Amino acid sequence: MSFFGLLTSRKKKTKTSSHPDRGILVFEHTSEVIKAESMLKKAGWKIRVMGPPPEIRSGCDLVIEIPLIEKLNILRTLENLKIPPLKIVPVSSPLLQPVDLFQNKDFGKYLMIRAANMKLTIEKETQTIVNISGGGCPDVPYLASKMVGLSLDKAPSPREIGHTLCGYALQLAYEEMRRR
Amino acid sequence: MIGVVGTVPDQDFPLVTGETRLKGDSIHIRGKQIPVNRGTPALLAAAIKTAQVLDQGAPFAYLVGDVGLGHGSRRLYEYLSGQLGKRDFDTIVFHYLQPDVDWHNRVLFAVEEMKRRPVLIADAGFMYAAKMSGQSSQYDLFTPDIGELAFLADEEAPHPFYTRGFILHEENRAPELIARAYQHENAARCLLVKGKQDYVADRQGIQATIDIPMEEAMEAIGGTGDTLTGIVTALIGTGMEVVKAAAIAARVNRLAGHYANPTPAMQVIEMVQHIPRALSEILQRG
Repeated sequence: MSFFGLLTSRKKKTKTSSHPDRGILVFEHTSEVIKAESMLKKAGWKIRVMGPPPEIRSGCDLVIEIPLIEKLNILRTLENLKIPPLKIVPVSSPLLQPVDLFQNKDFGKYLMIRAANMKLTIEKETQTIVNISGGGCPDVPYLASKMVGLSLDKAPSPREIGHTLCGYALQLAYEEMRRR
Repeated sequence: MIGVVGTVPDQDFPLVTGETRLKGDSIHIRGKQIPVNRGTPALLAAAIKTAQVLDQGAPFAYLVGDVGLGHGSRRLYEYLSGQLGKRDFDTIVFHYLQPDVDWHNRVLFAVEEMKRRPVLIADAGFMYAAKMSGQSSQYDLFTPDIGELAFLADEEAPHPFYTRGFILHEENRAPELIARAYQHENAARCLLVKGKQDYVADRQGIQATIDIPMEEAMEAIGGTGDTLTGIVTALIGTGMEVVKAAAIAARVNRLAGHYANPTPAMQVIEMVQHIPRALSEILQRG
């Protein structure tokens, strides 16, 4: 199969989103966003991880878009979990949509999946993670050192130990790999 | 002398500066050891091997531990802001750092305070910050992979994770993406695009395309882009012109990968050992 032989998209893409009834949760670290996303989704909230508006971007950011009407309940949930956001602000300008396009490359014995700038490769028979490549944030080498050599079942997920957008992209590749 | 700025994946690793050595599978600096897996240690390993063949001095590195929280990167940014202006380098490469536009700009101010301006190379997180700051044209070379090229071409994306869907990361669209990156002033003076085909480009267009030897497995191997950046940094450190160095580096990296007989499970240190042979061969061919 050619490198770009298979393109998959899990959801309908929209370029940006802007809704007056939506707000965004801003956190200090991307790792907190990742934890909050996981906990809020588990609690049943309809939230989305998005890119921040230009006025609050610093370089490696994610925010969580929430229905503003649920602001107090969501805030209480996060405070109970000890991951309160730095601030909650209304959505005043379009938010960036994260990449949701996956590409895979089948090497025969190995399978590689790419999400955004991150690539995860496993040995098909053993499900062992044999390589992680791409990305430019400092947790990429760290994630590789903790995940390569372990099976998909035993390796820590990037969601647990990653901290940046590259870590988040690797999580998407990891989830896609597990789905297959 | 070349300077290398980056992070290592150990949060307890202190901020260390000094000359580097490659011993076995580890980088040695000021009595500390770092295994060569990927990221800045892989860049350093390739630069050291290249410099040895070229009879150049060892790279001088600025390293700090960072596992993605950004604490180490910020300490290093702060150190560079205060110290870099007093140093003298022929070439500096900025690599795996937490992207941070404010700190990026302060480091660039420090570079402007140097007695002579070094050749500036950016890759990985620091390249993301350089693009987001709108100061890409201050750099002599960026070394993106194809996904990062799409990010450079998307004038609105602050990180590759937000590259808009209509700018697909397709290898066969690289020439178009390169043109778009220059159109929006989001490219360095020269681009070395790493991928199935490597491209060397500048504002005038593509100057070289390198696609042999072709080893499909290289894409899966973490660190092979870092070694390419390390090789080109060391070549430029000899005074070689940037476009020429980029084309040679791409050929050397591919040949070293080929000699390693790679599989997608290979680790990058295995190809690093083949860099001297590949470099000597490419330089002999002329």
